[in-house]
Amino acid sequence: MEEEMHTDAKIRAESGTGSSPRGPGCSLRHFACEQNLLSRPDGSASFLQGVAEKSRERLIRNTCEAVVLGTLHPRTSITVVLQVVSDAGSLLACCLNAACMALVDAGVPMRALFCGVTCALDSDGTLVLDPTSKQEKEARAVLTFALDSVERKLLMSSTKGLYSDTELQQCLAAAQAASQHVFRFYRESLQRRYSKS
Amino acid sequence: MNLCLQRLDGRQTYDYRNIRISFGTDYGCCIVELGKTRVLGQVSCELVSPKLNRATEGILFFNLELSQMAAPAFEPGRQSDLLVKLNRLLERCLRNSKCIDTESLCVVAGEKVWQIRVDLHLLNHDGNIIDAASIAAIVALCHFRRPDVSVQGDEVTLYTPEERDPVPLSIHHMPICVSFAFFQQGTYLLVDPNEREERVMDGLLVIAMNKHREICTIQSSGGIMLLKDQVLRCSKIAGVKVAEITELILKALENDQKVRKEGGKFGFAESIANQRITAFKMEKAPIDTSDVEEKAEEIIAEAEPPSEVVSTPVLWTPGTAQIGEGVENSWGDLEDSEKEDDEGGGDQAIILDSIKMDTGVEVSDIGSQDAPIILSDSEEEEMIILEPDKNPKKIRTQTTSAKQEKAPSKKPVKRRKKKRAAN
Repeated sequence: MEEEMHTDAKIRAESGTGSSPRGPGCSLRHFACEQNLLSRPDGSASFLQGVAEKSRERLIRNTCEAVVLGTLHPRTSITVVLQVVSDAGSLLACCLNAACMALVDAGVPMRALFCGVTCALDSDGTLVLDPTSKQEKEARAVLTFALDSVERKLLMSSTKGLYSDTELQQCLAAAQAASQHVFRFYRESLQRRYSKS
Repeated sequence: MNLCLQRLDGRQTYDYRNIRISFGTDYGCCIVELGKTRVLGQVSCELVSPKLNRATEGILFFNLELSQMAAPAFEPGRQSDLLVKLNRLLERCLRNSKCIDTESLCVVAGEKVWQIRVDLHLLNHDGNIIDAASIAAIVALCHFRRPDVSVQGDEVTLYTPEERDPVPLSIHHMPICVSFAFFQQGTYLLVDPNEREERVMDGLLVIAMNKHREICTIQSSGGIMLLKDQVLRCSKIAGVKVAEITELILKALENDQKVRKEGGKFGFAESIANQRITAFKMEKAPIDTSDVEEKAEEIIAEAEPPSEVVSTPVLWTPGTAQIGEGVENSWGDLEDSEKEDDEGGGDQAIILDSIKMDTGVEVSDIGSQDAPIILSDSEEEEMIILEPDKNPKKIRTQTTSAKQEKAPSKKPVKRRKKKRAAN
């Protein structure tokens, strides 16, 4: 028997406050998320975060495949549809976050949640988390990591630019610190969602 | 027509569902929700050469896409009929009605005009796509701002949004489609059918009208036969509905304009309702990265040093080289005749950097055996030696498979991402 489940995510990647300069120190931009906002798909989520297409698709798919317990649903196709509403930087990370929330909303069994975090290294080596489009363009290197929720291990990394291995480890450690924040956001929004049922 | 119908969602015959319009941070980006039907509209512009037969007019391009997430029936390649019908109707409504002043889009007659592109994406299909799409299109067009241009004699200056505020498009009127679903050969009529009602309707009448009660487009599909007074009645209803919707649109545009001018927060993030239990927001969060450097140094100190990568490329002919040796074949012993030579190298292996290769080199091809194989010994194949070019072209590396390491390139290639930078 063939079954089809559609898990669809809609992402809105933008910060909503225009281009406000980020002060010193790292910070994640304003987050907002809405779940179950589409009636037709099984699950949907909207995640807003302050040719390339195919490779991005592949990266997201590989990350999802690593966490989704596919063996519980044999002969099943899970389709994740992502619609970019607007791009204000850190697009891949936002796509990953939206995909995870949508999979949760659809009730797909997973071995862990995952989140995406982007780091940018500018020319003097300063680390910026969750960069805006402008920061990404001017950066020496942009690194995106997908981390899992159980042990903050690395699921996927996609990098562009030049960096040393010290910098890589630093970015990874910073991303792990930031991912705690994202997972707390997931937990709180899910708690809120299911608080009345 | 029966006026005391009870619809599935409790609406009356002529009631529209709730319309909600929200705008994004960029100009020209909006999401329209008609009940649960959701359409995303985005407008962008570009300077292009005009069409030959219309040298002084700008170009308008409309595109509606039915996203896969909108309904399980929408798969890429399986939506063509509905898609064509919707696109055609949208074009007639917006282009033929001349709601946008295309003459104002001309920059230099015959050379440069603005091409305005309206992209509509259906995100959720709960019926009446055409109404939602037409509202999204006109709202996005009204919201959009194009960069300012000035022409002085022969000189054309295009200002960036930072230099000069972008200019809105010149819009004459706002045509909006209103759909009427007919049931039982025209006996029953419903305005704004939702998805369930659409599935069982006999026919659909779409009237595109503006607030001045001018009909821009009218289309009847489904083969229902309507009487003249039915059509006239529908157009009267459409007039009323369009007036309401236009007012709603103008109010939404005004609100957005006000928020932007006052410097408040705008964008989709703000339009997520705070009270809704399925929505959640979090403010900007600082991350403590003070111990990042120490952690990183710890990890590097504990980690093993990267393995020495010895790259000794073997150049077979100019343009074909080999790095590394194939791994031992794990399929077990195969017959001699099954060995294939797909490397296609030349007679002699020219060795770069005058490093002598071991005689125990294994050519990495399918079905190779444990014993070292020398290419030129193949008795079964004809060796055709190609004369090398004067300037051999560089060949990009191919992806490496798990078992074999074929990397035909002239120079050793630094592996990206996974391995650390060797230097």
